[in-house]
Amino acid sequence: MSGNLAQAYAPLLIHLLVALGLSAILLILSSLIGQHRPTREKMQPYECGITPVGDAREPFDVKFYLVAMVFILFDVEAVFLYPWAYVFRELRWFGFTEMLLYILILLAGYVYLWKKGALDWNPSKTQRDRQT
Amino acid sequence: MFPPRQDVLRLMPEIILSLSGILLMLIEPFLSGARRTLIVTLAALGSGLALVSTIYPATLPGTAFSGLLRIDGFSVFVHVVVEAVAFLVIIGSADYLDREKIQHGEYYALVLFATVGMCVMAGAAELMTAFVGLETSSISTYILAGYRRDVPRSNESAMKYFLLGSFATAFFLYGIALLYGATGTTQLARMTFPTTPGRERLLDLGLGLMLVGLAFKIAAAPFQLWTPDVYEGAPTPVTALMASGPKAAAFALLLRILATVGAAGTFWFWALWVSAALTMFVGNLAAIAQSNVKRMLAYSSISHAGYILVALAAAAASDQVELGVAAVLYYLAVYALMKLGAFIFVSQLGGESERHMEIDDFRGLAVRQPVAAACFALFLLSLLGLPVTSGFLGKFYIFNAALASRLIWLAVLLAINTVIAAFYYLRVIVVMYMRQPNQTWPPAPMPWAVTFVLSIAAAGTFYLGLFPGRVMALATQAALSLPGR
Amino acid sequence: MVPIGHYIFLSVALLAIGIVGIVTRRNVIIILMSIELILNAVNINLVAFSRLVGSVEGQIFAIFIITDAAAEAAVGLGIIIAFFRNRETVLADEMDILKW
Repeated sequence: MSGNLAQAYAPLLIHLLVALGLSAILLILSSLIGQHRPTREKMQPYECGITPVGDAREPFDVKFYLVAMVFILFDVEAVFLYPWAYVFRELRWFGFTEMLLYILILLAGYVYLWKKGALDWNPSKTQRDRQT
Repeated sequence: MFPPRQDVLRLMPEIILSLSGILLMLIEPFLSGARRTLIVTLAALGSGLALVSTIYPATLPGTAFSGLLRIDGFSVFVHVVVEAVAFLVIIGSADYLDREKIQHGEYYALVLFATVGMCVMAGAAELMTAFVGLETSSISTYILAGYRRDVPRSNESAMKYFLLGSFATAFFLYGIALLYGATGTTQLARMTFPTTPGRERLLDLGLGLMLVGLAFKIAAAPFQLWTPDVYEGAPTPVTALMASGPKAAAFALLLRILATVGAAGTFWFWALWVSAALTMFVGNLAAIAQSNVKRMLAYSSISHAGYILVALAAAAASDQVELGVAAVLYYLAVYALMKLGAFIFVSQLGGESERHMEIDDFRGLAVRQPVAAACFALFLLSLLGLPVTSGFLGKFYIFNAALASRLIWLAVLLAINTVIAAFYYLRVIVVMYMRQPNQTWPPAPMPWAVTFVLSIAAAGTFYLGLFPGRVMALATQAALSLPGR
Repeated sequence: MVPIGHYIFLSVALLAIGIVGIVTRRNVIIILMSIELILNAVNINLVAFSRLVGSVEGQIFAIFIITDAAAEAAVGLGIIIAFFRNRETVLADEMDILKW
């Protein structure tokens, strides 16, 4: 069994070794051959060519967590679509209506989020009420 | 391919609960101004309708949705208990939420969603369904425990409940995975003893991990540590729900596994025995030391889980599970009513921000509010197990089941614990009836909704204590409807 | 084909890492991550067993667990944020208003 296993995974192992080796060689070569003239501009973190503003490690608005959470929820709920798509033809109308019901329930959640202002980028009305 | 019409009818309570929950959630952001009446009415209507629609599953027993659910007397009995709990909690919460200024539609939606989960757990014939039900009810209750968002105690309660609850769920799931590996199925009825050598160990391990997960949910020792903190910090009506609903559903799931999977009874028996003994003592001894009534009631609910575990051990010990199962079901109904009544009473008496929770605050309450105090005294006496109250009969049936399964020692321990418990229940009653009223704060009068809930709980406690025949017959019938080993 | 033992070993290792994380760490977010790790251990087990016993139940179960884990994480983070707003900490041993 272990012999077969080694054989079956040999290409994968070789691929891994080549990838690791090549990147290691390139990194070492460039640090050996290249010239190093660090300036202040060069040492700045790269932010798509825009001059960076402040430290990247500062705490940011809790709003981002909310959006991230909502994104993860809706993203993961979509996982049920995959098995459904796989047997879609066999399930016919039943599968279709079931999925429609499921999407409708998700839609209800979406409408709720929307009306609650969870998707508002600017502080929503409820939040402003809270602050005052 | 569509499921037969009767399957949909069998699921009617769950469908009604889910729809009214979604509706409440949706209308909440659209409403403004005078909306309290509408929200409360809708929520009460939803849970009430669900309770009424339980007539469908009651008249249509059988397996539904290709073996995912099993509708039988057992699941119907538990359905009725948790739906009644939801109905009473919803009505009993309205005034509390007003006082704390957290009157939102979401609260009721979450209560309804939690109830859906409990109902699904009660009818689950298959572990995937059981898991989805368990999580629906758990996740909703995590949020409810932290519903007073600006109160640090409530935050902390939700945090502890969430961390330990999801830890327990993870164990439960690991157990399911091993069970699946051992038997090759998630259908409870098909989980026979594995024939492949080496897989029995896997089966035992899986059952053990599942028991640990569920023991967390029912607050059985040694996994009860979270209970007092969570119960104390959560909004009191939510505590009323947590103490009666999810517990009943988790016990139902335990019972169904016990009755359906042959290996469970023999493997679980000693664990149940030890846990029952430990839970009773831990709950009662710690309750004596409490000065906060809410926390005392939390410990008392731990000890009651211990009493129910005695009946569970009795069911696991003998070949005839009926006696033990019927005792558990009867006690669940009894316990839900009295615990709910007690917590709803405390939620009202505690006043704004739950300030008045010490035993001392209850001084002379019998003079100030004779009716409410009498109700509370009744619940306490019933929790203690005094004759004429339902708690006595519930304990009697458990005692009976334990003796029938020859668990003499457990029966003795149960009797000893009842005596210990007398100490702290009676202390509260003495304070209420024999001390001078507290002059510094007059408790607010009971709103009619709270009075309504208290009277229903009190009437139920009397009814189950005086005329057990009908309900006990139903419980026995429910126990017989389980597939049996 | 990789023998089943390898999967079980990986799953048990993840379970062990998860339990150690829950018991030893103070930061609530890391505890939450450890719980999610255990759920992943369960998923690996389920899918491996599904292959072994030749039924799809295990795979469907894994999908349910993935969605549940997402819901749990969302609720957990919400609770953590609410907690942090009032107490300015995410350390488990500073949850001491209610005595253990």
